[in-house]
Amino acid sequence: MAEALVDIRQLWTVFQHGEQKTVVHQDLNLSVGRGDIMSLVGGSGTGKTVLLRQMLGLETPAQGTITVLGKPAAELGKRGAASRVGMLFQQGALFSAFTVLENIAFPLRELGILPAALIREAAMVKLQMVGLPPEAAQKMPSDLSGGMVKRVALARALIMDPPLLLLDEPTAGLDPESADSFCALLRTLHQGMCLTVVMVTHDLDTIFELSTRIAVLAEKKVIINDTPAKVLAFEHPFVHEFFLGERGQRAMTLLAPAARPL
Amino acid sequence: MLTEDSPPRIEILDTPQGRVLRLLGAWTAASLTAKPSWEALSAQLSELHAQASPASASGQAPASASVPANAGQWHLTDIEKLDYLGAQLLWREWNHCWPDALQLLPEQRLMLETVEKFTRQLPAPQRSSWNEPLLVLGSRLLHLIGHATGLVRLLGQLLLDIARLLRHPQQGPWRDLSGHLYHFGATALHITALVGFLIGVVLAYLISQQLRQFGADAFIVNILGISLIRELGPVLAAILIAGRSGSAITAQIGVMRVTEELDAMRVMGIPRGFRLVMPRALALALVMPLISVWTTLAALLGGMLAANVAMDVTPSFFIHALPAAVKVSNLALATAKSVVFGLLIALIGCHYGLRIKPNTESLGQGTTASVVTSITVVILVDALFAVLFKNIGI
Repeated sequence: MAEALVDIRQLWTVFQHGEQKTVVHQDLNLSVGRGDIMSLVGGSGTGKTVLLRQMLGLETPAQGTITVLGKPAAELGKRGAASRVGMLFQQGALFSAFTVLENIAFPLRELGILPAALIREAAMVKLQMVGLPPEAAQKMPSDLSGGMVKRVALARALIMDPPLLLLDEPTAGLDPESADSFCALLRTLHQGMCLTVVMVTHDLDTIFELSTRIAVLAEKKVIINDTPAKVLAFEHPFVHEFFLGERGQRAMTLLAPAARPL
Repeated sequence: MLTEDSPPRIEILDTPQGRVLRLLGAWTAASLTAKPSWEALSAQLSELHAQASPASASGQAPASASVPANAGQWHLTDIEKLDYLGAQLLWREWNHCWPDALQLLPEQRLMLETVEKFTRQLPAPQRSSWNEPLLVLGSRLLHLIGHATGLVRLLGQLLLDIARLLRHPQQGPWRDLSGHLYHFGATALHITALVGFLIGVVLAYLISQQLRQFGADAFIVNILGISLIRELGPVLAAILIAGRSGSAITAQIGVMRVTEELDAMRVMGIPRGFRLVMPRALALALVMPLISVWTTLAALLGGMLAANVAMDVTPSFFIHALPAAVKVSNLALATAKSVVFGLLIALIGCHYGLRIKPNTESLGQGTTASVVTSITVVILVDALFAVLFKNIGI
């Protein structure tokens, strides 16, 4: 495998509610190679979003190490973090007091180094790269539709061209058409910007359309981390249920015929 | 990315074929936003600009002027890494057009073409016209009228809801009411007592200084009694509660708007006047007179102790002289006033809460406006009471 941008070793995640302890991850190992689009899948409560937040350093695991871009995840949130990792939150997390353009330009402007005109132009380019019209620049987040919010959030995540992009349910809450165009957008950006993408999603269409690798979380660890075709061939009740159920069969038609298991 | 990138820089080579500008280092967002490398690069760029057009170097040109297209041959092939921000910077330096001589890799060209396609001027902000101030005045006036009608509507709805409650008392939101009574009243006891006590002490000290000059020590009971019971107690309590509970009401209802809970209630056919506004209004109308009496008592206690220390007016004399100095009707007036204050604070809080738009900025503005308005209204209404009842109790 190519060099690992994200490397998780022997990770334990434990939630404590008074006396009760819930172990979510137990000796979990995962690594994401450069240029991959990895989908994290798993049943609800298997700690997918928690894992994503740990990669960002928003939460600290009970045990184990998480290395992102060669540094511990906890050190990620320092100055200029936007040039290392971009995150697309599920609800977009746009700053509601700023216009769309100010939202996109915010990470750059906050550094206070580059001239304002350059930042504005760069934000304008990113705005249109995610497929929004230039007129959207002056709108407020409350005036945007769900799909537009996601696009603006993506533009903001990409303003400093980070090598790593994390997505939490990128297509949740979008109608099928917007979801498809969002997938196409992610695919072109991935090619154009040499991105490495880690996403949490339940949307089988998205998984099959984008992923170069799939990591399945079950039994408190990553049971398999491989290409879609290999994962589909893997014998495990969850994998079978998730991918080869009725919904899975329908989505499978997206997968190239050669990659489909017999 | 795992290793540190080298800073972006330009190497200038003068070859027989002309000047060559060779770009080196990483032209990425991460290295461009590092302060030392940006300073070095921008110095280099402005120097380049000065060399290319000596006429403008004497200061006529703006500092952000770009390097002209004929500055030399641009070689981008040796760049370690170029990203969209680096491409944007180059595009700006080239004054938004392709330089005459350029060597670059296909993917760099693709990137620059994207930048070329999408770079455009922002739409100019709308120019203000001559009637702008008039329009602002008009919109402010309409805004004010909107607030007034909103409050009147809320008050009317409250009366209707109270009528409904009287007809069907078993349907009333009693649990809400008791919760609000506790939060607005019981949890406010400490702070109102503390503030009241301290104000009583301060007033008594100040007054004692003046009264001693005239030898009229005993009148401290009259002055403290009338001012605290009739005016300061209720107003002080109302201002504290406006800051404490008025803001809480606005924020609660405002967050319900932000999280679409208000819409959910509406869809389920639950009247928000009956479930949200009425319990809060009734609770504050009930709690306010009690808090007011409590604050007054604390203030009187503080005044009494301070009078004892400063002027040797004993507490027993104070307590005996108080009923003679302050008629009971003052207490009735103070209580009536407090009920009105409570009602107004709750209504203003609800009014601003319901007007909040679903964003964080509006939430902050609404809460501030609610507190400022309710404190102002409390003082205005207090003045109104003072004028209307000037013959009672004095």
